[in-house]
Amino acid sequence: MNMNTRASLGRTRAFLTVFLKEVKENLRDRRTLTSAFLTGPLLGPLILVMLLNITLNREFDKAEKPLPVPVIGAEYAPNLIAALKVDGIVPKPPIANPEVAVRKQDADVVLRISPDYGNAWRKGEPVQVELIYDSSQRDANTAVARVSQLVETYARQQGAMRLVARGLSPGTAWPVIAAKRDQATAQARAALMFSILPYFFVLTVFMGGMYLAIDLTAGERERQSLEPLFANPVPRWKILAGKLAAICVFSAASLLISLTAFAVVGRFLPTEKLGMELDLGLNFASRVLLLMLPLIVLLAALQSLVAAFAKSYREAQTYVSLLMFVPVIPSILLSTMPIKAQAWMYAVPLLGQHLGIMQLLRGDGVEPQQLGLCLLGSLVAAALGVLVTARLYQSERLAISG
Amino acid sequence: MIEVKDLHKAFGTVKAVDGVSFKARDGEITGLLGPNGAGKTTTLRMLYTLMKPDRGQVLVDGIDAAQDALAVRRQLGVLPDARGLYKRLTARENIDYFARLHGLPEDLLAMRREALVQALEMEDIGDRRTEGFSQGQRVKTAIARALIHDPRNVILDEPTNGLDVMATRALRQFMLRLKAEGRCVLFSSHIMQEVAALCDRIVVIANGRVVADESPEALREQTGEANLEDAFVKIIGSEEGLAA
Repeated sequence: MNMNTRASLGRTRAFLTVFLKEVKENLRDRRTLTSAFLTGPLLGPLILVMLLNITLNREFDKAEKPLPVPVIGAEYAPNLIAALKVDGIVPKPPIANPEVAVRKQDADVVLRISPDYGNAWRKGEPVQVELIYDSSQRDANTAVARVSQLVETYARQQGAMRLVARGLSPGTAWPVIAAKRDQATAQARAALMFSILPYFFVLTVFMGGMYLAIDLTAGERERQSLEPLFANPVPRWKILAGKLAAICVFSAASLLISLTAFAVVGRFLPTEKLGMELDLGLNFASRVLLLMLPLIVLLAALQSLVAAFAKSYREAQTYVSLLMFVPVIPSILLSTMPIKAQAWMYAVPLLGQHLGIMQLLRGDGVEPQQLGLCLLGSLVAAALGVLVTARLYQSERLAISG
Repeated sequence: MIEVKDLHKAFGTVKAVDGVSFKARDGEITGLLGPNGAGKTTTLRMLYTLMKPDRGQVLVDGIDAAQDALAVRRQLGVLPDARGLYKRLTARENIDYFARLHGLPEDLLAMRREALVQALEMEDIGDRRTEGFSQGQRVKTAIARALIHDPRNVILDEPTNGLDVMATRALRQFMLRLKAEGRCVLFSSHIMQEVAALCDRIVVIANGRVVADESPEALREQTGEANLEDAFVKIIGSEEGLAA
């Protein structure tokens, strides 16, 4: 083989050369490594664990702990108070201004029994028991619901006893009874809580490739290495392809670490205590990876594109950080507005992934048609992103430093 | 051999290069001399196909840059104005990267790289990461990676910029060596001493135009000045932007 054919053979590997060099160089950068393999992928699992712990603790605290409730006029209804005490309510001395107290969160709920209670009770007339609370204090809601349910249960028991005493069936008083049959599976209940998860995966991919994308043009330009690089006999698109591939590999590695961390964390989460079921195992991980693949390419192209407009590394960092908020949009939209998923939504990049991952979390699985739409939509978007970036890469201005 | 015919390049309304023609022959050192902002760097950038000329032609060893930019780049070794290195790679790794982009087979690559490391006296810095390199060490590395594919034509944009006396001397010796090897060496400078000491041919550029294209002796004769410095000032018409 003569020298020329050997050289041209070597040049066809230019893509690989660029790719390997970028990977090697970035593996030596602590900031890139931290972002891609530590903070990026582990942030999600960490927040999930914290979120779950807070929720768990709160629910159990409220449900099992004795609940102190200031009672005004306890002396008028000793039987009611006794019944409440049995179920864990601890009556407290009355307070002067219950309305202000609940607003200031001094008390979750205050019970007020009117002085007529005794008289009305003896006459068999309905009496009112007031629950004073502030529904804007979310923390208090469990307490309010608990007290109010206990009072109603007591009322129903007493009512039933009165009817029996008059020789009537208790059923006459309740012609219709609503029976609640919750169809949410244990997994679906978990999904509601974990609707933030898809965003974590996107964020992880984003952070994994971020520093490489910035370095791709802004960094090369700032350290004045882009011009010599372009003086080599390699078409610019090959250089771009090698760099994009390096970005994708870093983001994909980031995602893999994140999925592994979620799988490990998922095994130890006491989700069943909340009546939820969460499967973050291999099945889930492989599906998420598949859904995210085109998005990895799309994000790499978008980040590179945005960063290429910047004159300096710092400027690029600012632009790319702003871009990071774009993937939040579908997550926020879907969690605040209960939109019913339409078929076309799966074809929208980011939105499709969000819906798909949510379905996986709910344990419903993703139908082949939805999967196809999601992959296709994102692939088309990724191809477009790469094309636009490649066009920008051809521009004369791009190579000139400073 | 590098041939430039009637090159034009404008940025907006500014005519950076406005009709530049010259030839740089094999086995000669051709100096592109001119004050700052005369259009030297823009001319060179069109030579190594980083920019497209608005008008005119660039021929490198007979290959038209507009027809086959990649082939032209293969014939050139370029030290651009921007000579940034990859700071997390060692000097040798920096050189290897460009060698592989040129498609050099690994055995040849190692041979050529070591020859250049020796010729440029950079054995002591070869395996160091380039972060924190001195200006001189950086230029050496940048030259080594520019010449790794053994190009017939060498373009150096202000190669001695920022170098100390010793490094400058070494670099001049190296350029003479390239000439002795029969290569076509084209370099730009705004330093007259340097051009006078090295060049077989001097192309003087001012305001985007070639105002003289002669041997140093002919230049002196043409202007009637015994001293090259005075000759330049006379040609360019002002002393602005020239350094002794």
